[in-house]
Amino acid sequence: MNETTAVLESRAYIFWYGPAQALHDISCAIPTNAITALIGPSGCGKTTFLRSINRMHDLTPGVRHSGDIQLDAESIFAPGTDVVALRQRVGMVFQRPNPFPKPVYDNVAYGPRLNVLAPPRELPDRVERALRQAALWDEVKDRLREPGTALSGGQQQRLCIARALANEPEMLLLDEPCSALDPIATQRIEELLVELKQTYTIVIVTHNMQQAARVSDYTGFFYVGHLVEFGTTQQVFTRPTDERTEAYITGRFG
Amino acid sequence: MSSASPLPRSPTLLGADRSDRIYRSLLTAIAFALPGLIVIILGVLFIEALPALKRFGPSFLWTSTWDPVAEVYGAAPMIFGTFASSLLALLIAVPLALSVAIFLTEFSPRWLRQPVAFLVELLAAIPSVVYGTWGIFVLIPFLRAHVVPPLKAVFGWTPFLQGVFYGNSLLAGGIILAIMIVPYIAAVSREVLLAVPTSQREAALAMGATRWEAVRSAVLPYGRAGLIGAVILGLGRALGETMAVTMLIGNRHDIALSLLQPAYTMAAAIANEFSEATTGMYQSALMEVGLILFVLTVAVNAVARILIWRVARGAAVGSKAL
Repeated sequence: MNETTAVLESRAYIFWYGPAQALHDISCAIPTNAITALIGPSGCGKTTFLRSINRMHDLTPGVRHSGDIQLDAESIFAPGTDVVALRQRVGMVFQRPNPFPKPVYDNVAYGPRLNVLAPPRELPDRVERALRQAALWDEVKDRLREPGTALSGGQQQRLCIARALANEPEMLLLDEPCSALDPIATQRIEELLVELKQTYTIVIVTHNMQQAARVSDYTGFFYVGHLVEFGTTQQVFTRPTDERTEAYITGRFG
Repeated sequence: MSSASPLPRSPTLLGADRSDRIYRSLLTAIAFALPGLIVIILGVLFIEALPALKRFGPSFLWTSTWDPVAEVYGAAPMIFGTFASSLLALLIAVPLALSVAIFLTEFSPRWLRQPVAFLVELLAAIPSVVYGTWGIFVLIPFLRAHVVPPLKAVFGWTPFLQGVFYGNSLLAGGIILAIMIVPYIAAVSREVLLAVPTSQREAALAMGATRWEAVRSAVLPYGRAGLIGAVILGLGRALGETMAVTMLIGNRHDIALSLLQPAYTMAAAIANEFSEATTGMYQSALMEVGLILFVLTVAVNAVARILIWRVARGAAVGSKAL
């Protein structure tokens, strides 16, 4: 596994919400089959950057950007880009679990059905595989007909991860996936992410620096819309080159 | 509150307590008076309908003779007409109203949302008699010239388009009802769709759904109970609507499958015939019609409101785990 290959590259990416500039000149390369953590204080652009990667901003009125983001050396903003295909390749898990009020099974089968990834007879296998990958199968295998919304918060979030995985993405974006969860549920999800990086490229936004240090291979530190520092997690946490990074990770602000 | 308190209290405080109590009992009485009114109306309708109830029994519901001279009454044609015109109205209004609501919440540019929603809701403010007049002078000539001939040419062989179209008909009544209930269904559906959390739309979009797929597979299922409630609320309106329907439906005591034939509704019958109801049994029969209509509309509205309320409170969604 070659960890230096970049699957995603951001080049001088700039983003505005109306007149307010949220991101300044973001350039970085997200390595494949690794976990990249984006850390930084609230309101510093981590989530804005994350949501740029699968073009979730398309629906927000009054926003604009310049610069470029490339997935496998292809611009995701190029005219004629199939946003639907992009979002299938780049899955997303949100801060608050948002399962559909449908049975657990239908939640996971949503993507394969929507994008016609598999013939109907293969769906049950796919659903089981995704739920196993999300370490949820044993807990829900007898509850597949119950609504996804009836599960506990931690289970709901793993269900959302399973739903994203069943869509066969190459990359998984997670926006503070554990912020609504208790420590035990958080630990389960962290273990899960470490397993999933064998197969997927993962980008996780987190406020929790311990979490970033525990699970990630690379870390990007955002501060007031700038990507102040980007490097291996070990380097960023032990030998930060920027004093703001050091101040943040040692807990002097944020 | 209890006067059994052994502690001595100053007269002013006691006085304040008393006026408080009077005010509160007054408000309580008023608050109970309104639901009480419903019970009283129901009671009066029942008592007045009693002679007819005794004489005709349940067969009132399914016999078709309405003969004031012979004093024989059966309400089947108006019950049929009420449901037929309301269902026709729903058939036309539901797709329209849902399209408006979906457009306004999901697709329309932001600046267009308020004005269009406002105008659609304004439709509900037009007096019923104006709809009736418009129906007579605009809708019926239009139907006669441009709608009925092509309909007959294509579907003339079905039982629903038999006979000659004279104007006043189930079709005209149903269409006017549809126009009148669109604003209600659209306004409530819009509220329901607005109550669907953004996170549900994002979940679908992030899975690679198009805007329309997200609406179809995430937004509409999430709000389903409330949308059904909106439709049933529209049905409740249609069942009880009187003036415009009376002016357009033709007022004939007859069950005809054809949309081109005149029909009758319960509300129209009461409005038309009450002044002519000279005998006790005639009046009583109309009262029984009123009783049926009352029970029906109250039940329909109650169901609708429960469904809408459940979505608005999120109870239909069950995100209790968080």
